[in-house]
Amino acid sequence: MNNLFAILSGIPAIPLAKWINSFVAWLTGFAGFFNALTAGIGAILDAIQWVLDLFPAWLFIILILILTWFILRKTKHWGSMLFELLGLALIWNQGYWHDMTQTLTLVLATSLIIIVIGVPLGIWMAKSHTVNVIIRPILSFMQTMPAFVYLIPAVALFGIGMVPGVVASVIFSLPPIVSMTCLGIQQVPADLNEAAVSFGCTTWQKLFKVELPLAKATIISGINQGMMLALSMVVIASMIGTMGLGSLVYFAVGRNDAGAGFAAGIAIVILAIILDRLSEGLSGSNQNKKDN
Amino acid sequence: MTEKNEKIKVDHLTKIFGSQINKAQELLSEGKSKAEILAQTGSNVGVDDANFTINDNEIFVIMGLSGSGKSTLLRMFNRLIEPTSGTIFVDGENIMQLDKKGLLELRRKKMSMVFQDFALLPNRTIIENAAFGLEVQGVAKTERDKKAHESLEMVGLKGYDNSYPNELSGGMQQRVGLARAITNDPDILLMDEAFSALDPLNRREMQNELLELQHKLHKTIIFISHDLNEALRIGDRILMMHDGDVVQIATPEDLLTHPKNDYVKKFIENVDRSKILTAGNIMVKPNTINIEKDGPKLALRRMNQDQISSIFVVDNDKHFLGLIDADDVSDLIKNNERDLHKILNTNVPTTSSDTAIAELFAQISKSPVPFAVIDDEKHLEGIILRSTLLEAISSNTSEGGNDNE
Repeated sequence: MNNLFAILSGIPAIPLAKWINSFVAWLTGFAGFFNALTAGIGAILDAIQWVLDLFPAWLFIILILILTWFILRKTKHWGSMLFELLGLALIWNQGYWHDMTQTLTLVLATSLIIIVIGVPLGIWMAKSHTVNVIIRPILSFMQTMPAFVYLIPAVALFGIGMVPGVVASVIFSLPPIVSMTCLGIQQVPADLNEAAVSFGCTTWQKLFKVELPLAKATIISGINQGMMLALSMVVIASMIGTMGLGSLVYFAVGRNDAGAGFAAGIAIVILAIILDRLSEGLSGSNQNKKDN
Repeated sequence: MTEKNEKIKVDHLTKIFGSQINKAQELLSEGKSKAEILAQTGSNVGVDDANFTINDNEIFVIMGLSGSGKSTLLRMFNRLIEPTSGTIFVDGENIMQLDKKGLLELRRKKMSMVFQDFALLPNRTIIENAAFGLEVQGVAKTERDKKAHESLEMVGLKGYDNSYPNELSGGMQQRVGLARAITNDPDILLMDEAFSALDPLNRREMQNELLELQHKLHKTIIFISHDLNEALRIGDRILMMHDGDVVQIATPEDLLTHPKNDYVKKFIENVDRSKILTAGNIMVKPNTINIEKDGPKLALRRMNQDQISSIFVVDNDKHFLGLIDADDVSDLIKNNERDLHKILNTNVPTTSSDTAIAELFAQISKSPVPFAVIDDEKHLEGIILRSTLLEAISSNTSEGGNDNE
């Protein structure tokens, strides 16, 4: 036994960190690609920010209330609307409005990207066993790796600012939407699949007429989870220069200012609750139609 | 059977599930049993060398217990399951050679399927469900809704167009499934245990409805069932499957009266035979006298010979006239009279040969005399005695039928 330990302790440390560094360094060689990606993500962010800045705070609040009324019209929604009114008013009152819109931009951009990548990937996983076997451990790895770690290569490849924040958020919040999409498609009852094929559906018709509509509620839950994870990244992302409510918390930590930290934290919570209600409501409205 | 148009021909159709299909096929051709093949290769023989034809406009029931391969067989008709070997011809066309497009056409235009658990899309309204097949074909909404509406009406579902499936009872949901299948106006309906999920009353109602519908539409219906009573009720012909093998193909009557082997015999043991067997199946050849030729003495002698107390009376053309009683004949002879007309009892219950014997029970228990089975022109075809009736419904299947063809 002792011998074995001696042998094991005799093995020199594997230069794991070195390998990863050289991998990242190798990646930085594709500067052109990453610059283009940065520009692309930057453009999405600018567009969303531009739209959000278009409205004064009071009008924005009214629009959110109208949106809520539409999405949640099948369920009790007065409580949600009152909460939104008071919560957003508080954020405005605290002078966090612009920070809130920046955070919202980060979350919306992340959500958009994870939907565009995650839903097709989830469908592919549901259809192909091989893809499933390859992707699933990667997803687990992405989600369990401490989110901080992503910041390091993100800075190396995308620089400082909002874009690396979005990239780190995307990596961190992509897994649930992929696995939920996969689950939703796989949960479509076998006889409905058979029915679709027996009536002469092509693969695409089956996907769009049967599988996606039936998986919709599950996919939206995945989007909802992804959004919440993206929101949880805002403070972490602020360490690499992503502005917004997260950076207010980060600065408060630096100044040891509990009050400012909590005030900004509460604003994040309010935003999280509103986003959660709205995205859950999207799947809920579908559920109601079925359960009437 | 009379000559009929062949709609579907199944030729050496085999399906093996598993990974070592080639080896399993080899073993199968060597005549190894399915259990041996499973043990050696891990492959499961779903359907083993099926050969049969299905006629135009018939209800062809594929019957067997779960695991007998009947669902596999059905799914090979529209290639939801690809056969391992063998061919299926539909209207003379080998559907194994269809390309992707041809297969889609086949599924869209020629065959529709009805499922055990209805398989309706829960997020769509009834009319959207019923129009699904046409939607897939790219038919315009107004036109497909019109057709769907018609077929919903045909299955007795009026006024539910905008409901959702979960608002309907099981029986109604399966009507939607049926409407969806006939909206496409296919030649062939594939029905996979279509009524098995329904309660007995609903099932019976749907069976009647299907028969009625078939009367109007004249489709070729391939119906899967594990319920022999259902198979006997709706089937023009029944294919019995056991363990992937086609055991017997027969009309309901033939199946009951001539079961091919012990498996089929066991299967039909518990059938409510009174609803399947007809008067024609169980009637016996009567002793008759011709009223225009025969006198009372001959009548009495025949009765004595056969030790019966009454005898059926016909005329020269074998038209059924009535019954005479032995006592009355004796009286007649004592009085030295010859005219049998005087003592003819015309109050004899009659029935036609295609009446189910269940319908005879109530009457025959009241009637002191046997039933006369007559055809449309009143010819006497046979008679039914109380004892024959009781014998027929007892489960002794091999004796149940009477060879009167």
